[in-house]
Amino acid sequence: MPAAEISSPPRNYEVMPKASPNGEFDGELLEVAMGPHHPSTHGVFRMDVVLDGERVAKLKPVFGYLHRNHEKIAENTTYLASMPYTDRLDYFCSMTNNWAYALSVEKLAGLQPPERAEYIRIITAELTRLVNHTCLVGFLLQDMGALGTPLMYAFREREKILDLFEALSGSRMMCNYMRFGGCRADLPAGWLDGAKQVVENYPRFLDEFEAFLSGNEILMARTQGVGALPAELAVSAGISGPMLRACGVNYDIRKVDKYGIYDRFEFRVPLGDHGDVFDRYMIRLLEMRESLKILRKALADIPDGPIVDSKAKIRGFKPKVGEAYGRIEGPKGELGFYLISDGSLNPYRYRVRPPSFINLTVLEDMCVGHSVADVVVILGSVDIVLGEVDR
Amino acid sequence: MLGEGIIKGMAQTAKNFLGSYSDPERLVTVQYPEERLPLKENTRNFPFLVYDGADPMAGLRCVACQICEKECPPQCIYIIKDTAKKPDYMGKMQFQPKVFDIDISVCMSCQICVEVCPFEAIKMDTEYELSNHDRFGGLLLDKRELAKSNEHYHKIHPTDATEVDARLAAEKAKAEAKAKAAPAPVPKPAPPVKAAA
Repeated sequence: MPAAEISSPPRNYEVMPKASPNGEFDGELLEVAMGPHHPSTHGVFRMDVVLDGERVAKLKPVFGYLHRNHEKIAENTTYLASMPYTDRLDYFCSMTNNWAYALSVEKLAGLQPPERAEYIRIITAELTRLVNHTCLVGFLLQDMGALGTPLMYAFREREKILDLFEALSGSRMMCNYMRFGGCRADLPAGWLDGAKQVVENYPRFLDEFEAFLSGNEILMARTQGVGALPAELAVSAGISGPMLRACGVNYDIRKVDKYGIYDRFEFRVPLGDHGDVFDRYMIRLLEMRESLKILRKALADIPDGPIVDSKAKIRGFKPKVGEAYGRIEGPKGELGFYLISDGSLNPYRYRVRPPSFINLTVLEDMCVGHSVADVVVILGSVDIVLGEVDR
Repeated sequence: MLGEGIIKGMAQTAKNFLGSYSDPERLVTVQYPEERLPLKENTRNFPFLVYDGADPMAGLRCVACQICEKECPPQCIYIIKDTAKKPDYMGKMQFQPKVFDIDISVCMSCQICVEVCPFEAIKMDTEYELSNHDRFGGLLLDKRELAKSNEHYHKIHPTDATEVDARLAAEKAKAEAKAKAAPAPVPKPAPPVKAAA
């Protein structure tokens, strides 16, 4: 493309204040489309970036490439048939997606999962949190240029947990395991021992990972002070999960709502100070340690008993007329399902509150003034999964 | 110190490389076509139809009630019910599916058909090497391709299959006891003799 065409005056964008510290550029802006095929965008996602030299002057996230009509499909099938579709929202965390949906349907229908099912749910949800945060840390380092190696170590550990999920539910990622009022199948023989083994070995991996990464000067130079998000903006934009806590806001739905049986477990909520990428990275590493604490107690305490509420029905499930909003602290933030029932087999309205979609809304505020290479890292630290953003 | 991070990183790499010779925790690669990991017992892939007895078509447990067709989330099951009852492997008259197709290019392996089936007729297979040159016809399985014996089910999911067999036997015993207890049962039509035909 001829140079004149590239540096022509901006088309639709008003001229932004100069981001260059010296003010040496003449205000000519360059529009670049990052994505949808860019490998650092974690899927099919496009950022229309307006650059002032190397600095970002404006950024517009464009998504919808992976839209699958999830909510409308759910309004036209039975309640149970939406459960496998929720696996495919955030495909790293199918167990927590299942739980959030099951929780809102249980609120609607007045079902109460038995004790053992609650424990199984906590165990699988915390394992999911480990999977998600491990992968995120690996991907974040990959975005920073640590090509492959940390991600391979992260995936090696993730694989052990996915093996547990496969032994439990039959599928590594698309678990489809929770049911309204409990879980689908009981733990297979020897599963608890396998899970204890994984939980015991996990700190070794985390120590190794942290020892050679967290103090690394390249990592610190690339992340500290990059993409800082003020706490006021985070709260008013509805940010949730590790991104909110990295800004220093103490808000964890496990503590606020105490859904399930989270009130029986002692764990701390790690909080950040600056809200930058480094804080978000560290929060995830610290949260994994807290998850291991919960897991150890849950695996030791799990009682015997039934795994599904005796009132629950598989065929012809019709909750009474009403509406319900069930939310949980997913690994990425507040994951909620809003349902309206008109008493028929299908929900009248089905709405997902996806954490990564809402966390993405402040992307521009975090990126303006930083370089293009930082945009990649900031996007990586938001922790998006496009299956959930686009639905 | 300049370059400390590189030294630490390389030490980590060396630890994992050398460790992979002694520690199976660090050696995770499987040379796939030659080596295979053993499947988990609960592994599920695509559904199949269970039959009892020797003849796959007569022995299908499926009675074409079409519940799975209605409940299937991606709607990948197509059933046409037969118009007349036919003898099953025990000689009992049953409705059977005239057509039972599953489009496994649409199926998302969610196992809901298995859960909703009241007759234990459809179960999940573990076969995963299913690539095919014909992307439409080759992945649309009809009831002949879907029918697999109860022994196959026992082989891939031993625990589940034993439970299912016990449950079916208990149901049968209960039904027989009920039939016996009922005063002066209506004489049933004799089983048809055209079994050899």
